[in-house]
Amino acid sequence: MRNLYALLAGALFGAGLFTSGMTDTTKVQGWLDLFGDWDPTLAFVLTGAILPMAVAWRVAARRKTSVLGSPLPGTPTSKLGWNLTLGSFLFGAGWGLAGLCPGPSMAALTYSGIGGLVFVAAMLIGMLLARFIKPYVARLDAPRKKNGLKDGYQTGRA
Amino acid sequence: MLEQDWIFGFLGGLMIGGGGVVYLLFNGRILGASGVLGGLADGTGWDTWKERASFIAGLVLLPFVLTFLWVRPDTHLSDNWAVLIGAGLLVGIGARLANGCTSGHGVCGISRLSFRGIAATAVYLLAGGISILVFRHLLGAI
Repeated sequence: MRNLYALLAGALFGAGLFTSGMTDTTKVQGWLDLFGDWDPTLAFVLTGAILPMAVAWRVAARRKTSVLGSPLPGTPTSKLGWNLTLGSFLFGAGWGLAGLCPGPSMAALTYSGIGGLVFVAAMLIGMLLARFIKPYVARLDAPRKKNGLKDGYQTGRA
Repeated sequence: MLEQDWIFGFLGGLMIGGGGVVYLLFNGRILGASGVLGGLADGTGWDTWKERASFIAGLVLLPFVLTFLWVRPDTHLSDNWAVLIGAGLLVGIGARLANGCTSGHGVCGISRLSFRGIAATAVYLLAGGISILVFRHLLGAI
């Protein structure tokens, strides 16, 4: 059942990215281009997506488990760190450069040609590399002590 | 015509949110494209590969079906491989370091007023704007 609902969620997500025009890189780059021909479409997409999700979070807060009985996500921490800020900065730079982020790159995989495949391949390699970079970036938050590393970071796990 | 794009944007947004609702309330998970993909790419999510693969199948195949039933959108993707590879690496590394991208931090994070999600979104919007400014307007590369 989990797989069926995951398929449904993925299909809705893909249909939404398709319908909203977010697989068109000019619309994404147009949103980010404040000094060119600015395109506000992305704001409508984000608003449309946030509304049902905001309701879902309210519903989730009143439930102990998901409908299928699995645990629901816990309360988010408010701790920022170098991984979050540096990662988001790198992500945003790449997002602007190609006009693609992970969701749309997958949604467009069957019609974005060889270029789309090249982007996705590089993205997947980047995701693999990130696993090995992450512990080093985390050390910026918790500087090395004289007698070893601080809490948790020595495991090198994300 | 531009306003029609806004309407389709909003309707598509509702569907994106709908996908997030299903994934949260049924599967108990935060919908994030980089999280689903990244766990397969780096091996940390192989124990839940079936759920991830099912999600990706829906994400890739439904738009594929729509290209026959509706329109075949032009992605206007760059044909410069250096741009594609550089951008792909930045997106992949960045999203995984930050533990989320536009869907996880943007849609799911903002909608629960997560401080991390809102901060991440502010940073990547800023970086995206700078990226366009530098690569398009200063360097003329894209």
